[in-house]
Amino acid sequence: MHEYSLIQSLVTRVESEARARRASSVHRVVVALGELSGVDPELFATAYDTFRAGTLCEGAPLEVRRVEARWSCPGCGREIHRGQVLACDACRVPARLAPGGDEIVLETIEMEVP
Amino acid sequence: MCATCGCGDTKLVPVDVHEKILAGNDRVAGHNREHFADQGVLALNLMGSPGAGKTALLEATAGAVRGRWRLGAVSGDLATDNDARRLERAGIPSRAITTGQGCHLDAELVHHALHGFAVGDLDVFFIENVGNLVCPAIYDLGQAANVVALSVTEGEDKPLKYPVMFKAADLVLLTKCDLLPHLDVRVESVLEGLRRVMPRPRVIQFSARSGQGMAEWVAWLEEQKARVPARKGGASSHDHLPGEHVHEHRHADGTVHAHGHDHSPGAGHEHSHAEHVHEHRHADGTVHTHGHGHSPGAGHEHSHAEHVHEHRHADGTVHAHGHDHAPGTDHGHSHGS
Repeated sequence: MHEYSLIQSLVTRVESEARARRASSVHRVVVALGELSGVDPELFATAYDTFRAGTLCEGAPLEVRRVEARWSCPGCGREIHRGQVLACDACRVPARLAPGGDEIVLETIEMEVP
Repeated sequence: MCATCGCGDTKLVPVDVHEKILAGNDRVAGHNREHFADQGVLALNLMGSPGAGKTALLEATAGAVRGRWRLGAVSGDLATDNDARRLERAGIPSRAITTGQGCHLDAELVHHALHGFAVGDLDVFFIENVGNLVCPAIYDLGQAANVVALSVTEGEDKPLKYPVMFKAADLVLLTKCDLLPHLDVRVESVLEGLRRVMPRPRVIQFSARSGQGMAEWVAWLEEQKARVPARKGGASSHDHLPGEHVHEHRHADGTVHAHGHDHSPGAGHEHSHAEHVHEHRHADGTVHTHGHGHSPGAGHEHSHAEHVHEHRHADGTVHAHGHDHAPGTDHGHSHGS
């Protein structure tokens, strides 16, 4: 249930950004959630709906952009598909995860500014 | 826009932030990591399900390296200090971190536990995380490596069911291997699963009871210790050289406070009559800066205080400050929580 503490961090971050820019309101918040970020998107959305009441995020829908976990060989670039052993047989090196596949990133805040 | 004076109208703009939501935790973890490196101590984050055998692993390890390495630990649980007491009995100086409802440790909780803990006297410092195969994986604590204890009684498919945890693992200890003759678990299927979730699978089959795998585990610890830079810090624990240390904390809730502080040698996270300046950014956006003096003493304790306030952060961390204010400092509080 760490989704709740993540949402608190998110809302606080959005509010401080909005205040710094003297925004009168926030219209939309976009977060990228990696498939291997350890965050359940549904729980994340529920936690957001619970926490945004009474904050600057109250009227701002949360848009979650899911980022698929994509593994490939750092040597030959061959894609390593879901469920396969995470190594390249040919190059004998461990697979590499594409950026974002394990991250939780606040991407964009849409806000009304003077 | 209003044609007369330009007032009133606003515009809708997208602001690109591109910041990790855990950036605040990662900053504090970086601070912890710096301290472990300065003290020349190997810090390990030990994770696994409740009952996977994390505490038993540490107890057995204490026996195996007695007289050779000094171990220390902090132990996270929702309630009770049972594990810390078990570790103490095994000869490992330990401290409990009770998280209340928190399902994981974060860098700030570990940072607080470090205050007054003589980490510099240790060779290996274990952070025994809250028993949980999900949440702890995403919080960096400042450790050098992650060790995941997976007991054979948990079933063959745990790695595939909990890929985030095993992807984060630098080493998996397959614990309770002495029970294998009584179970229908094939070790090969567990290993096969791990190869599909860990890009660099490293597994030791282990039993705290029989001693299986202990030599290999100690060898792994040795290998990790060899990577820790030689200690360059002073004589004590979470200690900073006078005047040279400034750090900024951003708490899980976005709160930021920066300290510039002098530490006197000898004890914990101690401030010696130094000018100590904090800047706090509260959840409501209020920022206030304090200058305050500390009397020599122990831990992160502030005396000379006429002003005490306690913060409870979103992640459950509580810390109280008593502080003197530098004359003229504007100090308005408006705590939302």
